[in-house]
Amino acid sequence: MSRHFREISVVAALALVLIGLAFAAPGFFQPQPLLSLVTREAPTLVVASGMALVIICRQIDISVGSQFAVCGVLTGLLASLGWPVATLVPAAIAAGAVLGAVNGTLVAGLQLPSIVVTLATMVTWREALRWWRQGEFVDLPVKLQWLGLSQRTGQWLLVATALMVLVVLALGLRHLAAGRHCYAVGADAEAARLAGLRPRRVTFLAFVLVGALTGLATILNVLQSPQVDPKSGTGLELKTIAAVVVGGVSIAGGRGSLWGVFAGLLLLACVSPALTHLRVEAYWEKAIQGLIILLAVLADGVRMRKTGP
Amino acid sequence: MSAPLLQLRQLTKSFGGARALRGVDFELHAGEVHALLGENGAGKSTLIKIVTGAHQPDSGSIALDGHRVGTLDPATAHALGIACIYQQPALFPALSVMENIALRLEPVSPGRRVDWRQRRDRAAALLQRLGANIQPDATVSTLSMPAQQLVEIACALGAGARILLMDEPTASLTQSEQLRLFAVIRELRRNGVGIIYISHRLEEIFSLADRVTVLRDGQSVGTHATSAIDEPALIRLMVGRELTQIYPPAGSVPGRVILAARELGHAASGVHHVSFEVRAGEVLGLAGMVGAGRTELARILFGLTPADAGEILLEGKRAAIRSPREAVAEGIGYVPEDRRRHGVILEMPVAENMTMAIHPRIFPGGWLRFGRERALALDYIRALDVKCAGPEAVGSSLSGGNQQKVSLARWLVTKPRVLILDEPTQGVDVAAKGEIHRLVRRLTQEGMAVVLISSDLTEVIGMCDRIGVMRGGTLVSILPGRTDAHAVMAAALGQGPMAGGSA
Ligand SMILES: Nc1ncnc2c1ncn2[C@@H]1O[C@H](COP(=O)(O)OP(=O)(O)OP(=O)(O)O)[C@@H](O)[C@H]1O
Ligand SMILES: [Mg+2]
Repeated sequence: MSRHFREISVVAALALVLIGLAFAAPGFFQPQPLLSLVTREAPTLVVASGMALVIICRQIDISVGSQFAVCGVLTGLLASLGWPVATLVPAAIAAGAVLGAVNGTLVAGLQLPSIVVTLATMVTWREALRWWRQGEFVDLPVKLQWLGLSQRTGQWLLVATALMVLVVLALGLRHLAAGRHCYAVGADAEAARLAGLRPRRVTFLAFVLVGALTGLATILNVLQSPQVDPKSGTGLELKTIAAVVVGGVSIAGGRGSLWGVFAGLLLLACVSPALTHLRVEAYWEKAIQGLIILLAVLADGVRMRKTGP
Repeated sequence: MSAPLLQLRQLTKSFGGARALRGVDFELHAGEVHALLGENGAGKSTLIKIVTGAHQPDSGSIALDGHRVGTLDPATAHALGIACIYQQPALFPALSVMENIALRLEPVSPGRRVDWRQRRDRAAALLQRLGANIQPDATVSTLSMPAQQLVEIACALGAGARILLMDEPTASLTQSEQLRLFAVIRELRRNGVGIIYISHRLEEIFSLADRVTVLRDGQSVGTHATSAIDEPALIRLMVGRELTQIYPPAGSVPGRVILAARELGHAASGVHHVSFEVRAGEVLGLAGMVGAGRTELARILFGLTPADAGEILLEGKRAAIRSPREAVAEGIGYVPEDRRRHGVILEMPVAENMTMAIHPRIFPGGWLRFGRERALALDYIRALDVKCAGPEAVGSSLSGGNQQKVSLARWLVTKPRVLILDEPTQGVDVAAKGEIHRLVRRLTQEGMAVVLISSDLTEVIGMCDRIGVMRGGTLVSILPGRTDAHAVMAAALGQGPMAGGSA
């Protein structure tokens, strides 16, 4: 079986869905609603890219949703203090990186299981934020939305930024030694160590990177809304993990690519609008998304059995 | 004669494009040890896995006692009395010996009350039949490899196995442990068990097996009684040509000292006061019984368990080696003993495995160059005759011996100053073994220093310029190369005069 079988099958599934919609619900392809849909998913795409990286390293970060909320509120507060966008971006990225470094230190430094560590930080950040903000929204300066440009231009800009992040990371993962190290560490950390790589460092940096990307994602979010919700990012971890798994990244680490994750995210994201256009009740959305994830997991199971453990 | 215990007819099996078996006939009788021999990748393990039900054949038939069996899956095979001893014991390390035995033998019924006394008695009885000195209450992870193997055999016995498959069972046993295992195998044979035995060590096959079947490129090239064939003939059958099993001559006079250890020790792994030197162009052998501390010493030299006493000098300069990464940076390479655990990354392609340890050197700036990587991999695939579909084939698709070659290639490409080889030819066929020996010699002639750990005494004696003998965690003597085996054994066991002292 081809090495890229899983990526190809997600892309094929996405193409099938889109072709099907072209016949059944041509309304789905109206440019403006479609652009809005993609813009809404832009922050998720950025976070999912980072999540894919962490999962390739055989770790997981379920605290991304809380990181997203913390970074969002911080960015919002700084913006309302009048910070220009040019300084908000590095600030958000730095805040995310710091939160990621906390996870990274606990996981790589103390060798604790990442699911437990990030569960703890997820709850901690979320509760700390609630205690601090008491659920209060942060109002953003009016001229911040869409960077003061037209909505259309702003949307294109956000989507382009997210795509650029995706492309840069995907290329890095494939063409840089650092990317190769992620796969090696995820596949067999001890073997990687014996080959002279530094699994702990790789793991630490993966967590820092996912944090930094989450920080960047909050910018993409802040720029498209008038307010920051302190509860934003709830469920983001599930959404991104789902996209990663559907996209063919092995949850056991060491395998997958960001192109698959991109297709997986789009596939999951177009379920809801597609249902609207097909006039199917909206409560089917979760069931269908669940079905897609199940199919992806089944495909992985079949592949595993074929090639042997 | 009655119908054979096991009869395979025209078995074929392909993995994608690779044809692992192409029409193999094979017969096993009750009460015989039938050896399977062949080069790396000839299809031996594949054949075994079909009999255990782990793989399904593409075509061909399997008959037990003359009755054809349909599809064979692991559960059916187990029920039919087929048991397999893998090289890596497949036990639950955190459970006790008797719990492991019970898990294999007792029917699965969650509600049943456990009769611990009966469990212990049965485990004790089985172990005693094997003459094994193992406590039923011992936790498996505390047992040595050979002891775990015996537990596996006890499981097979308890299950009433009539067919026992053994895939390179002696690969990591010392000589005395091998002899114990052989005694067990002979006992089983007397009791009418049919045994299929895979090994690359011809001496074993001649001392143990009644018949031998040779596989070449997935085909059987003949079955012979071991009494009616000799070693050169077997090798000819296996590799299809004459092969001289002569060790390459030692190189030129050794040069300056590359690696020196002074009073080296690591308390937790029991290694203490080890001093030696290895010169450029020299192969220093490390002999000793399992548990003598050879692998532990290698791990210290490579920074896996950094030394807590003494010092390591590289070309006269003190080197602080606290991690494999620092060792690699200092020009030390280490081919670990156990390729199945961490020697190669099974999910990764051959080429990526081979370049893993030289990223900074061949990929300046951290930018991967796939063309260069591929070319390098092709070179070493050719040099070591690695049988694989190409540089892109993933590690898990290679046979055991070919994985070992990839693990070796990973370090050869780094052209290290010091190369530590821990059982480098374990599981490697005779032809490839010769290739590896010649390659190691060639690299030493280019100035590399080699530390060679091997349980194969003929290899140690044939390859090494000097032989360090370890016992009880320290180096007890250093013998000249090409000594006779008895002197090495005597030193390893602590008998006879201590020759040499530390160098
Ligand atoms: N899961 C797999 N996928 C693809 N090819 C495989 C797989 N398993 C085995 N092969 C191929 O089948 C052939 C036979 O392999 P097998 O493991 O039976 O060899 P072997 O005789 O046991 O060799 P060795 O002495 O090295 O253990 C090899 O060419 C190997 O690459
Ligand atoms: Mg094999």
